[in-house]
Amino acid sequence: MHTTMDIKDIIKPENKVYSKTPVLLDNVMHYCPGCSHGTAHKLVAEVIEEMGIQENTIGVSPVGCSVFAYNYVDIDWQQAAHGRAPALATATKRLYPDKYVFTYQGDGDLASIGTAEIMHACNRGENIVVIFINNAIYGMTGGQMAPTTLMGMKTATSPYGRREDLHGKPLRITDLISQLEGTCYVTRQSVQNAAGARKTKRAIRKGFENSAKKKGTSFIEIVSSCNSGWKMSPVKANEWMVENMFPSYPLGDLKDI
Amino acid sequence: MAEYILMKGNEAIAISAIRNGCDGYFGYPITPQSEVMETLMLEEPWDSTGMVVLQAESETSSINMLYGGASCGKKVMTSSSSPGISLMAEGLSYLAGAELPCLVVNVVRGGPGLGTIQPGQGDYFQACKGCGHGDYKMIVLAPNSAQEMYDFVDLGFELAFKYRNPALILTDGVIGQMMEKVELREMKPRWTDQEVIEMSPWATTGKTPDRKQNVITSLALDAAVHEALNHRLIEKYKKMEEEDVRFENYKCEDAEHLIVAYGSMARVCENTIDLARKEGIKLGLLRPITLFPYPTKEIQRMVPQLKTIMSVELSAGQMVEDVRLAVNGKIPVNFYGRLGGIVPSPEEVLEAFKKEINK
Amino acid sequence: MALRGAIVVDTEKCKGCSVCVVNCPTNTIALSKEVNSKGYNYAYMASPENCTGCTNCATVCPDTCITVYRVKV
Repeated sequence: MHTTMDIKDIIKPENKVYSKTPVLLDNVMHYCPGCSHGTAHKLVAEVIEEMGIQENTIGVSPVGCSVFAYNYVDIDWQQAAHGRAPALATATKRLYPDKYVFTYQGDGDLASIGTAEIMHACNRGENIVVIFINNAIYGMTGGQMAPTTLMGMKTATSPYGRREDLHGKPLRITDLISQLEGTCYVTRQSVQNAAGARKTKRAIRKGFENSAKKKGTSFIEIVSSCNSGWKMSPVKANEWMVENMFPSYPLGDLKDI
Repeated sequence: MAEYILMKGNEAIAISAIRNGCDGYFGYPITPQSEVMETLMLEEPWDSTGMVVLQAESETSSINMLYGGASCGKKVMTSSSSPGISLMAEGLSYLAGAELPCLVVNVVRGGPGLGTIQPGQGDYFQACKGCGHGDYKMIVLAPNSAQEMYDFVDLGFELAFKYRNPALILTDGVIGQMMEKVELREMKPRWTDQEVIEMSPWATTGKTPDRKQNVITSLALDAAVHEALNHRLIEKYKKMEEEDVRFENYKCEDAEHLIVAYGSMARVCENTIDLARKEGIKLGLLRPITLFPYPTKEIQRMVPQLKTIMSVELSAGQMVEDVRLAVNGKIPVNFYGRLGGIVPSPEEVLEAFKKEINK
Repeated sequence: MALRGAIVVDTEKCKGCSVCVVNCPTNTIALSKEVNSKGYNYAYMASPENCTGCTNCATVCPDTCITVYRVKV
């Protein structure tokens, strides 16, 4: 019987098991095809919907590709200067202690120009969630070397590959963050497959729950791909990420207290 | 019955913030203004009014905390001194671009560079001509007493919210460190969350089902949208020039010569006027209270009765450019400035004035 | 008992990135030969009989353009 079942009989409202969360706006994302940002945005929006906290959540978007995060997630947003999102989030959370406040930052924003802000916000244990997209490159400005760029990796500003004598070694900022006493939960996840995306979503939810419990800062790194910057197809970029990024940025919880 | 307290100008800023419903202060230590945050920490206003006080990791961070707090529709402020304000330049441009109200206090020291901790007025350009990038202005208030330090906190917030624009109190170590009698005005409570929403419906207070999301940003990649934003800002600055110019005249009615000076220098120059009058010289003083918007029209009103005009500053000559623009070549514009933290005496100013007019 | 599923792709939003294609455990999805108005070869159910409605495709879709339906048969 099931082999002959008509598709029209399956596609009925009562059979719907997955659809776009209403917390995501209908705007078509400006991201390149296959970009991890889209998936990460969606997971944040789904957590906000599931926790029923749309009215009480304030996001802080960075400078970088995700500067326009406010066009996609239907909550109130502040768009920060490059690297300064944790400072905005600090004040917002302290002035509205009952709101959920999170920053969404890339590796250039968080691990380069904004190192002081992120370290001190995490060290103070601000009750915020940090979503850190690490794709080892500056996407928005056209694929320059980031602090997290891997050794040997070619970018617009390391055209012959990252060299230790020229550029120094990649910054594993999440490892540093996990050492700070203000953080309660530091984890590294990815979204290139369904299992990874589901784990990432659980991590984001845990972060928001930690905020409500005032446990300190929750820091969620999402190891991501930038297929345009890496000059690969989306699928190849994800494969390259698993093969090359994961050894340097191993997935899993660095801290969970 | 009014209550008076003897306090430093810097302390007056802190006490006034607490008593005028300020929601948050975010700062970083720097001489000569550290008493502001020290006083706040001693007063522990989080227990009395609920005001947040936080020592940030840098001035860069404190100004961006203001951006976050102002985005929430809250009354937020910081204070610093010259090198710290330089670090805030980026944030101030973003605040102006995103049309956010906030209050910044600059207790100016001598520059450039690390300079000196002695008083100066060398940050006039920085304050009035836009210290960050892009076409923007700040409302700039120049107090000349501890009482005005106290009063301008409230005035600064009022103007900042009227225009959705950063306001800056430009003062120096003379006013900041000087102890004077200050009248404590009636207390203003902090706005309730509901009042914040009514006052600033644009703020990020949490998206309720009855409205669209609020987004605070200075980004506008569409050329037409961005030009429109700039035109809106220009209109706002024009409105400030029409409605909120503040200044004080001292013995100007019959003046044939005019000194223009602000802040601590204006206090000194008041005595210069009195000394000159004793010698029969009809000298008056114009004290700009708002440095932006500048009392250009008042200078222009006075020009027909004047023979000369002189700008007296603790700088190499900054405000004098605005005086020259106002005078537009009609009468001689002279300048007397001291640097390095040296505040000239009334007699020295009078000597300099006489030297110029007798040239 | 078996699970039968089906997906509906918002073909105008789909950018043809193929991330759903490689994440589909039953080889249901492929990219169409046709393109949408942006010129992308959008995803579609090439082998609808394979779909179990597992939602993996929709979960990983960066543009959230897949809706999933499932029935028990």
